[in-house]
Amino acid sequence: MANGVLILAEVADGEVVAITNELIGAAQRLNAGPVSAMLIGSGVEAAAAKITGVEKTYVVDNAALAQYTTDGFSLATAAVARKADPAVVLLGQTNIGRDLGPALAYKLGTAVAMDTIALEMQGGKLHTTRPAYGGAARAVNSFAGTPAVATVRPKSQDAAAGGSAGAVEKVDVDLSGIRTKVIDRKVATSEGVRLEDAEVVVSGGRGLGGPEGFEGITELAHLLGGAVGASRAVADLGWRPVSEQVGLTGKVVSPTLYIAVAISGASQHMAGCSGSKNIVAINKDADANIFKASRFGIVGDYKTVLPAFIAAVKKVKAEG
Amino acid sequence: MHIVVCVKQVPDWDIPPASFKVDEGAKKVVPPPGVAPVPSQFDAIAVEAAMRIKDAGGETKVTIMSLGAATARDVIKHGLAMGGDEGVLLVDDAFNDLDSTGTATVLSAAIKKLGDVDLVLTGRQAVDWDLGVTGTLIAEMLGTPVVTFAKSVTVAGASVTVERVLPDSYETVESSLPAVVTVSNELGEPRYPKLQQIMAAAKKQVNIWGAGDVGVDAGALAPRLTLEKLFVPLVDTKVEIMEGDTPEDQAMALARRLQEAKLI
Ligand SMILES: Cc1cc2nc3c(=O)[nH]c(=O)nc-3n(C[C@H](O)[C@H](O)[C@H](O)COP(=O)(O)OP(=O)(O)OC[C@H]3O[C@@H](n4cnc5c(N)ncnc54)[C@H](O)[C@@H]3O)c2cc1C
Ligand SMILES: Nc1ncnc2c1ncn2[C@@H]1O[C@H](COP(=O)(O)O)[C@@H](O)[C@H]1O
Repeated sequence: MANGVLILAEVADGEVVAITNELIGAAQRLNAGPVSAMLIGSGVEAAAAKITGVEKTYVVDNAALAQYTTDGFSLATAAVARKADPAVVLLGQTNIGRDLGPALAYKLGTAVAMDTIALEMQGGKLHTTRPAYGGAARAVNSFAGTPAVATVRPKSQDAAAGGSAGAVEKVDVDLSGIRTKVIDRKVATSEGVRLEDAEVVVSGGRGLGGPEGFEGITELAHLLGGAVGASRAVADLGWRPVSEQVGLTGKVVSPTLYIAVAISGASQHMAGCSGSKNIVAINKDADANIFKASRFGIVGDYKTVLPAFIAAVKKVKAEG
Repeated sequence: MHIVVCVKQVPDWDIPPASFKVDEGAKKVVPPPGVAPVPSQFDAIAVEAAMRIKDAGGETKVTIMSLGAATARDVIKHGLAMGGDEGVLLVDDAFNDLDSTGTATVLSAAIKKLGDVDLVLTGRQAVDWDLGVTGTLIAEMLGTPVVTFAKSVTVAGASVTVERVLPDSYETVESSLPAVVTVSNELGEPRYPKLQQIMAAAKKQVNIWGAGDVGVDAGALAPRLTLEKLFVPLVDTKVEIMEGDTPEDQAMALARRLQEAKLI
């Protein structure tokens, strides 16, 4: 009988990344039987000891998994899932999970709910809630078969409180079926705080009129110890790198303070920042949607408001 | 080279947020009156990707395929006006309210029926449910590799090279053909059909196939994922707009409020 929850752990440079503990936390709260983890990659076995709060960690450690490929990871995770026979499989809605989810679910003869933000057992069955229609709606889904597979949005779940590591079980998987090859990989470098982890994010939109409009945005972000974000309009125009894009098809941020300058607040943008504790908007259009989600706002032209605000912040900070 | 581009017809997303409405009983989105459905944004970009491959030379046939209501013919016509050669419209009562697995089952059956397809292009996600699963499911069903989130797609011989966009990196992936590639907006704007092309598209062939034509049994379309509820989330923040005669006054008022709230 399918039982328990199996999560896909993610590690980077030998360390467990945040989504792993968020998935374990979500899995524990489902109260649907034992929680186990799978760790997939090359040279990752040592990190199994750092995955805590689980009964067991299945490890597939194979040189063919050094780079993520859909084939490699779906073969490996499907093999583990068949062995563990869980009722629920949880992945992060990350680079890996959003690609892997449908391939894994299909191989297991089941379906996937993508980008979920809430999970709940109802009468022994998983119900997931996810944003749809660019974040304008919420959809609740249930599953006809087992296991129920869901990808979980980063930062939507409280992390597990730690605990002890699980027993390690190594699984051998035939990976001769990998048909794609990663021939190059460039990592976008950003200075300063990582956008996803920043406590303050200052984002700029198309209303800035050009890349030079980001000088003030960058200055304000530095002043507040935060990171720079952008709308998709800005990334599409090439004013800022895609790695700074916030939203449905960009990054999800949930800082304490999110300052949106000359951003209209389309649902697809809000999908990436509505988890912020406080949103502040500067926009010349009093009817802009961004004000509907904001705690504080200034209606005005950023060209005059932003320099004045930078000066005001400096003054207030100097006063202590 | 035969490329199939899967294009979904979706409600226009470019509407004021206030006019987005859901019928909770029917679990459906109710488009505002007079707003016509459109080709899903990334799917038009997938057509653009196909046209760029065609423009690069070599004999290339592009088939635009859509599953949906009879009105989905419009999005096929749009793809044909962008330069597609032929259309396939999949309509049948048995295709109503399919989940992604059902949709991919029908699309992959139609692709198999075409027989000689080398490359299937889809959008990274449809601009209604924002799932991003159908392309991968089609690949699983066809038994081909899939490469997701493409910003460029180039074909050389029996392989395809895809530049993938990831939030923090770019990746170049090579795959054997046949393959499925899902396309992201970073590929660029879809071309705008000229009047002449729109007129030419009217004469291009659109095959209309139902469940029987593609050999899919209604039983194979039972949903694996059930929609239990659809609703619009409440946003109950009340914005405090900073008053002041000058931008300096407004800015200072904001800075003080943020300091009081211990946010700076
Ligand atoms: C499927 C899908 C996915 C998407 N994903 C994302 C995503 O991940 N992230 C994202 O951001 N978008 C996304 N979008 C796009 C989104 O719908 C909007 O088009 C986009 O967010 C608009 O960006 P913007 O607010 O910068 O530009 P606009 O909507 O053009 O807004 C510009 C704003 O600037 C204001 N303004 C102009 N001049 C000034 C001035 N001088 N001073 C002050 N204010 C000024 C205007 O009043 C306006 O409100 C997606 C769309 C789709 C369909
Ligand atoms: N009904 C459909 N007709 C044609 N293509 C579709 C259909 N549904 C999904 N697709 C394709 O699959 C992609 C991903 O859709 P989804 O998995 O629903 O987000 C879309 O961008 C389309 O290219």
